[in-house]
Amino acid sequence: MDFPLLAVLAATLTIATPLVWAALGALINERAGILNLGIEGTMYAGAFVGFLTAVTTGNPYLGLGTAVVAGLAAGALMGLLTVTLGVNQHVAGIGTTLLLVAACDFTNRLLFATGTQQAAASFERWFPGLGVLAQYPMTFVAFLVLAPVLWWVLRSTGFGLRLHAVGENPEAADAAGIPVARTRYAALMLGSALMAVGGSFLTLSLLGSFTLDIVSGRGWICIALVIFGRWKVWPVVAGALLFGFTDALQLQLAITPMFSGVPNELLIAFPYLVVIAALAVWGRKVRYPGAYLTPYRRA
Amino acid sequence: MIHGFRPRSMPTRSATSSSYSSSFRRLGRGVASLALACAVLVTVAACGGTTGEEASTGADGGESGLPLVFGAFATPLEEPWDGAIHAALESAAEDGLIEYQHVDNLATADEMESGLRDIIANQEPDIIIGDAFAAEDAVRAVAADFPDIAFAFGSGGEEQAPNFSVFDNWMQDPAYLAGMTAGGLTESGTIGVVAAMPIPEVNRIVNAFIAGAQETNSSATVTVSFINSFFDPATAKQAAEAAIAGGADVLFAERAGVIAAAEENGLPVFGMMVDQQAEAPEHVVSSLLWDMRPTVEAIVESVEDGSYEAANLGEFSFMINGGSSLAPFNTETAFEVPADLISSVEARQAEILAGEFETPVDEEAPAGSTTVGE
Repeated sequence: MDFPLLAVLAATLTIATPLVWAALGALINERAGILNLGIEGTMYAGAFVGFLTAVTTGNPYLGLGTAVVAGLAAGALMGLLTVTLGVNQHVAGIGTTLLLVAACDFTNRLLFATGTQQAAASFERWFPGLGVLAQYPMTFVAFLVLAPVLWWVLRSTGFGLRLHAVGENPEAADAAGIPVARTRYAALMLGSALMAVGGSFLTLSLLGSFTLDIVSGRGWICIALVIFGRWKVWPVVAGALLFGFTDALQLQLAITPMFSGVPNELLIAFPYLVVIAALAVWGRKVRYPGAYLTPYRRA
Repeated sequence: MIHGFRPRSMPTRSATSSSYSSSFRRLGRGVASLALACAVLVTVAACGGTTGEEASTGADGGESGLPLVFGAFATPLEEPWDGAIHAALESAAEDGLIEYQHVDNLATADEMESGLRDIIANQEPDIIIGDAFAAEDAVRAVAADFPDIAFAFGSGGEEQAPNFSVFDNWMQDPAYLAGMTAGGLTESGTIGVVAAMPIPEVNRIVNAFIAGAQETNSSATVTVSFINSFFDPATAKQAAEAAIAGGADVLFAERAGVIAAAEENGLPVFGMMVDQQAEAPEHVVSSLLWDMRPTVEAIVESVEDGSYEAANLGEFSFMINGGSSLAPFNTETAFEVPADLISSVEARQAEILAGEFETPVDEEAPAGSTTVGE
């Protein structure tokens, strides 16, 4: 059997897609000085709310729309906790994740009891049969629209510069007349909306159904990817691709006769080992945003 | 009074402005803590499991004269394994055999132990049924403390006198039959299995599936992907895609997520635990079903006539005892399932049911790629 390299590359893009959406969302938050550990719950809420809408309306685009709304709401909640109330960001984020996951699981049980999985209307792959290009629409949007546009916005627009200013030095930003709280709210809501879209990729594109624990820690991987990418758009995208590639590779190697003697646990750990190794090499001496983890209060 | 507590002096009028804003900030923090406390409460309420009262009309357990069975599950009921036990108990309650209540998501050994002690103190159940895989020692300790209550738990261990019985999902028979069907369906000669993790409960099902495939296709290759999680359908789907890229044209969905890959690629697939035909009506050929009802009935009968003792109830999950089966073949598939293949599978099934054929049980971890003849 020839090794199916094209299939591994196609799987790389698919696996990386939710990571790109959510990690770029986290990047926006952290550029504004806020570590959003609500990411896992926000992805979960996006996955569930998007699925729920697609099941009821039969329209995955509406599902995507409500996932965005769920993300905006999750971002506003994080804003209330960390910007308005100045709560410790770790506590606020973990609390948001716990709350959102539990609320979704609870609603899921109320609506669907414990019966069989409901199938939702979902996005079809574009260009089926065209190898690496046979991907879901949100994969194309992630790599061809989201990443370049965000790169440009952060680099060249007033919003991008204001974001940078409140994340590096909110006192100076405030003195320059930039509304710190409002900018941070905007960053949280926009970033959380991207996270929710990333979560909804799992239900609305990949699976067409929802099961508990559907995000399975992908949010935490994104937190690591943002540090790996040093808060820059293209390195974060590259990190997501690296993780996607190693994951796709281990899935393929595990069933390749030549490698079937390698312990399964080692192969499954492979992507994580690569990311940890990459962090160890490039993740030292990282310069965090100046106002990272710090709520802003006028003196 | 708390030692060392000193009330702060009241702010004087001259300090109003700054102390007002700082106390406002404190208030803000207070509100935040309150909001977080609420969030945590909601979370605990939702995570800590729901006490189901379906079909338990007389909640005090004694009035109806039916034994009160309490389900104590380590995972949410949405997990297929515990879901199968729950479904059997619910159906037994609907048929008037038992009264049934349950609590789920007792995820750690501590939660399981305190949950069990709480249930026993407050509900006085006659029988407790659940799964002990994550809390083997804790559950056995509680059972030893309450010898008058019948405990029956899913477990990889042995029974424990006088009252702790064990059961397990012994589904090797339908797995073998599904493997036979898969072996007959594959044209490429490669079959892809995606399973949770290499533990005995999973291994023996996968190995029986491989043995079945060998019977109908003596040169087939079976690839086995473990996703190392009970719940990660997105990864399971990618693993299925990898199997397809490796040449598989028939899939076995030991975990959720695989059926979506089969449907997208137009391939035959076998479901697990419940009949999953509705998830891909043109592609799910059949499903391996686990029916806990015979196990439940065996426990209830022996408790009612006073003959209950600790036992290994595993055999009640065997096909010959009605504890597992292969779902009826889907007749609406997008591809043809040859009639002679179905009849040879049905012939083997008849032999299993007659006790003439015993499916081999092999709990060794299968290799990532097995060529059956070698």
